[in-house]
Amino acid sequence: MNIHEHQAKKLLSEHGVPVPPGEVCTTPEEARAVAGKLFGLGYRRVIIKSQIHAGGRGKGVFKNGKRGGVKVCKNLAEVYINAKNMLGNVLVTKQTGPEGKLVRKVLVEAGLDVQQELYVGVVLDRAIGRPVMITCREGGMDIEEVAARNPQSIIREVIDPAIGFMPYQARRILLGLGLRNELLQPAVKLLQGVYRTWWECEATLVEINPLHVFQQADGQQSLIAVDGKVVLDDNALFRHPELLELRDYDEESPLEVEASNYNLNYIKLNGNIACLVNGAGLAMATMDIIKYYGGEPANFLDVGGGASPEQVSAAFKIIASDPNVKAILVNIFGGIMQCDIIANGIIAAVNEHHLKIPIVVRLEGNKSDIAKKLLAESGLNLINATTMADAGEKVVRVASRQQHLTAATA
Amino acid sequence: MSILVDASTKVMVQGITGHFGAQHTRLSLAYGTKIVAGVVPGKGGHLFDEKVPIFNTVAEAKRETGANVSVIFVPPAFAADAIMEAIDADLDLVVCITEGIPVRDMIMVKRAIEGRRTKLIGPNCPGIVTPGDGKDSYGGCRIGIAPGYIHKKGHIGVASRSGTLTYEAVWQLTSRGVGQSTCVGIGGDPVHGLSHLDVVKLFNEDPDTHGIIIIGEIGGTSEEEVAEWIKHNCKKPVAAFVAGSTAPPGRRMGHAGAIISGGRGTAAAKIAAFKEAGVAVAPTPADIADTLLKIM
Repeated sequence: MNIHEHQAKKLLSEHGVPVPPGEVCTTPEEARAVAGKLFGLGYRRVIIKSQIHAGGRGKGVFKNGKRGGVKVCKNLAEVYINAKNMLGNVLVTKQTGPEGKLVRKVLVEAGLDVQQELYVGVVLDRAIGRPVMITCREGGMDIEEVAARNPQSIIREVIDPAIGFMPYQARRILLGLGLRNELLQPAVKLLQGVYRTWWECEATLVEINPLHVFQQADGQQSLIAVDGKVVLDDNALFRHPELLELRDYDEESPLEVEASNYNLNYIKLNGNIACLVNGAGLAMATMDIIKYYGGEPANFLDVGGGASPEQVSAAFKIIASDPNVKAILVNIFGGIMQCDIIANGIIAAVNEHHLKIPIVVRLEGNKSDIAKKLLAESGLNLINATTMADAGEKVVRVASRQQHLTAATA
Repeated sequence: MSILVDASTKVMVQGITGHFGAQHTRLSLAYGTKIVAGVVPGKGGHLFDEKVPIFNTVAEAKRETGANVSVIFVPPAFAADAIMEAIDADLDLVVCITEGIPVRDMIMVKRAIEGRRTKLIGPNCPGIVTPGDGKDSYGGCRIGIAPGYIHKKGHIGVASRSGTLTYEAVWQLTSRGVGQSTCVGIGGDPVHGLSHLDVVKLFNEDPDTHGIIIIGEIGGTSEEEVAEWIKHNCKKPVAAFVAGSTAPPGRRMGHAGAIISGGRGTAAAKIAAFKEAGVAVAPTPADIADTLLKIM
């Protein structure tokens, strides 16, 4: 589960990681009031940051033409106008896709005098099944790019989950990053806080990019998390009700939310051929075969191993409500699941939702003979396919014909 | 011959009285698999379907019945505990079917299994099948949730991260009259037990396995790892399919482990690694069996 930057920073702060003072605002007036407080505390700059579930905000462009989802402001007038330009507008970044994301909230934060930018992250190292802390002197950059360009600059520290993240490991990282001795003690505490956030919140990713070394008013150096990203393990949320409350339905596709209510795994894509499949691997492979025959999948949809007729019906409703969809491919391998039950689910769903879109059906395995007979006798406009290859070829053909028809009538 | 399990393997079921566990225990018994015990804390002393004794602990089930393999059907919140109990009882093999176990729990399981004799398959997997001689491969060892009848006794080893896509590949083989030595579903979670590499090594050593099918998918580096090993060590023909060429980056494709993150774990990279290692890569999921048979 993704959460917002301001929520991630709150979690980090609760685990002892210093973050800049600031507040979340939903109106330009509120933003101006918060900025007024920060200027009053002596900060010379205030940062306004769009809160959406996507990276690349700083370089993003709003659909209203304004540039930058993150702005540095020197006075209240700038704060007001920038917050006004962001709130209620759609921000397009390299991670949002061309449709962009609506900015409903901004984070108004104190800006600090940066001396150095660092990167700190904790992820799972899947190859060994252990958490690893990744750090780098080149903060503020895309870490994957840095890793590709300058792999020596990345410092990795594998953590034994039974022991935890030890101070000596933190010191090894910090000395490797070239931090000054006076910063060592608070920095050890900070890195331990980052790891504890990962472990205790059951995150799959905690990332501070950048972590700033800055000059305090008294001339002392200090560290602060200027950006924060936390991704939580969906499977662990059942034991973290307080974290489940951070879910922002506005950031999710409405069709995906609807699907999750029926325990369906649905991901919307940009093509015109919808698919309905049992099992995640087979569902991915079905998308692949559509592409192989020259089509574009409109979605990923796994109805699960033991899909009920209700789930099949809900699945049809969801995939058919995507206006781009020109054909549907149903690919079911009935192992334990009986194909005749699926066939009845298909017939019921087509009748119930009055589906006019051509549907290619490939049912293989348990009771597939009875299922094929049921579909043939239903009188519905269903196209039977035998193998996955046959199904892929047929659905791409009907989708392209349908697309041409739509274009001709438009 | 086969790997990991055969017709004589004695199996216990952790969570035998749950809906899912009970259903698949009955199917395994009907397949001829020796399910000799169930483990349900608090239900020790009862019988499942009036024939399979239920015990309170894994250790007791092992001691009383000689079962050295366990299959786990308990809910996600309790699954790590169940796996660790089986590791503690020094079972040879634990097959965990449960989907949705928190990553942190699996990190601790992985830590607990280090240096122990127990091997783990899964979690979030269809299990393992060594087909038998009988009709519809009856008389084999079916542990988990795979449909028994799609199998046929023979000489192809299958190692896969998927469930239904594995059935698809196995069915392609069986429909062409080609049987399997053992089919192993290693599971779709990011932290799991046996890897593709572990299973392929066992197939390489098994005299009864003459060819190997690997089914991979996006996410992680399990496919690259096994490809590198095959390049230098594998003596048998290997075919592979990698699902997810069309998957968008940053999205979890059903399986918790099926995600391209930071440009890594792409199908293209895995396919390239297999080709580089001399593995025949199926262009579509419809060609998995034929791709192997062509090079045998």
